[in-house]
Amino acid sequence: MSNGNMNLTLKVWRQSNSTAAGKMENYQLGGVSPDMSFLEMIDMLNEQIIRKGEDAIAFDHDCREGICGMCSMFINGEAHGPNRGVTTCQLHMRSFKDGDTIYIEPWRAEGFPVVKDLMVDRAAFDRIIQSGGFVSVNTSGRTMDANAIPIPKDDADKAFDAATCIGCGACVATCPNSSAMLFVSAKVSQFALLPQGHPERKERVLNMVKQMDEEGFGNCSNIGACEVQCPKNISIENIARMNREYLSASVKPEN
Amino acid sequence: MGLFTSSLIKKYWMAATGLFLISFLVVHAGINAMIFFNDGGETFNEWGHFMGTNLIVRTMEIGLFLGLILHIVDGLMLYFQNRKARPIKYAYEKPSASSSWYSRSMALLGTLILIFLVIHLKDFWLKTRITGLTVMPSHVKIDGVMHENLFAEMLLVFKNPMAVVIYLLGCFSLFWHLFHGFRSAFQSLGLNHRKYASTIELAGSVFSIVISILFASMPVAMYLGWVK
Repeated sequence: MSNGNMNLTLKVWRQSNSTAAGKMENYQLGGVSPDMSFLEMIDMLNEQIIRKGEDAIAFDHDCREGICGMCSMFINGEAHGPNRGVTTCQLHMRSFKDGDTIYIEPWRAEGFPVVKDLMVDRAAFDRIIQSGGFVSVNTSGRTMDANAIPIPKDDADKAFDAATCIGCGACVATCPNSSAMLFVSAKVSQFALLPQGHPERKERVLNMVKQMDEEGFGNCSNIGACEVQCPKNISIENIARMNREYLSASVKPEN
Repeated sequence: MGLFTSSLIKKYWMAATGLFLISFLVVHAGINAMIFFNDGGETFNEWGHFMGTNLIVRTMEIGLFLGLILHIVDGLMLYFQNRKARPIKYAYEKPSASSSWYSRSMALLGTLILIFLVIHLKDFWLKTRITGLTVMPSHVKIDGVMHENLFAEMLLVFKNPMAVVIYLLGCFSLFWHLFHGFRSAFQSLGLNHRKYASTIELAGSVFSIVISILFASMPVAMYLGWVK
């Protein structure tokens, strides 16, 4: 692999606050190492911007290990960029070429208003979780060990796969309908598959879907872009499971 | 819980009406295929007469129109809500990286099919039910009973190469609409499991291909004089 540094043209969405109108701004950045992560490249660009005395580009990031789900850039028309199964922090500049033009935009959805530049407010996801994405447990000190309940291996595996969702919002960002159904279905599934989730199973799916709709996310039309761009490879089998759960809960709301 | 308020209920309606319309396509294609007996349209006209006069079939026709209208209204609601869900578009989009063009174009394909349907209903349904056939003579005697000569009407319509092209475009739109719609309906109703998902996909692909080619072959066969 070449160790040659790259010169890039970056087109970045700049928006000073949630109410201001934003626009794409052009930046030239030289000396970008192929070994840098995408976020390190943005750090480098921000140093250049700060040295000029301008306002740095605001972007979300936290763990930079691919598990927190904070980094949320729409890069060259794809959520988290061109690679599969990774978040932006795990995308490296070796995926680009010298002289490339890279478009960097925030997630676009009614449910995800822009806070500033590339940062969006994903509190809608928190409100969906609050509406039902939990299991009520006894905290009296006599809490039963979850492992004491036998669970079929297949169910445990599927629940775990669903629970790997990090709530990053890539599914919404990449969906032409801005639908949040992959996220919501993963959260519905991880509980629906386990015995601990059963007591609240029906009201959970009804409440979470209701909240999802109220947040202004679009309707799923089974395009399937979400599962392709999901950094955790969550399958749309979960959406089918949520459809089953919701249908059964609508027909017979009580357990 | 309203019948259309929830995003998931809208999906169920879309899937249920879609599958219902698919069942209609099977009947329609099956009866039309009678023209390939090449018996001067006798078998086809008998079936056409039965479909046009049988009380149960005529009642089901009302259900068919209702199903179609529901499918269209639901589709329009989904389309406009989904547009509203992304008020600011991306400057750079690369949808081809993660999804097929036809799965993203259901509203467009559906509109093309609707335009085709208007032309198609004007060509045949309107004439048999209300205004009367344009072909002369409009009736033919089969086994002593007068039948509308729908077969002759088809031959007349498909003499026109423009009509043939319009019907082929209709079949083309229908193919892609079904290609996504068939498997999509099962997913919407919650039927997606690794055990049988590939079977549904295969069935959907085969169905879309067979039904579209079968329909398309009718105007072509008549235009080229294979069926007369």
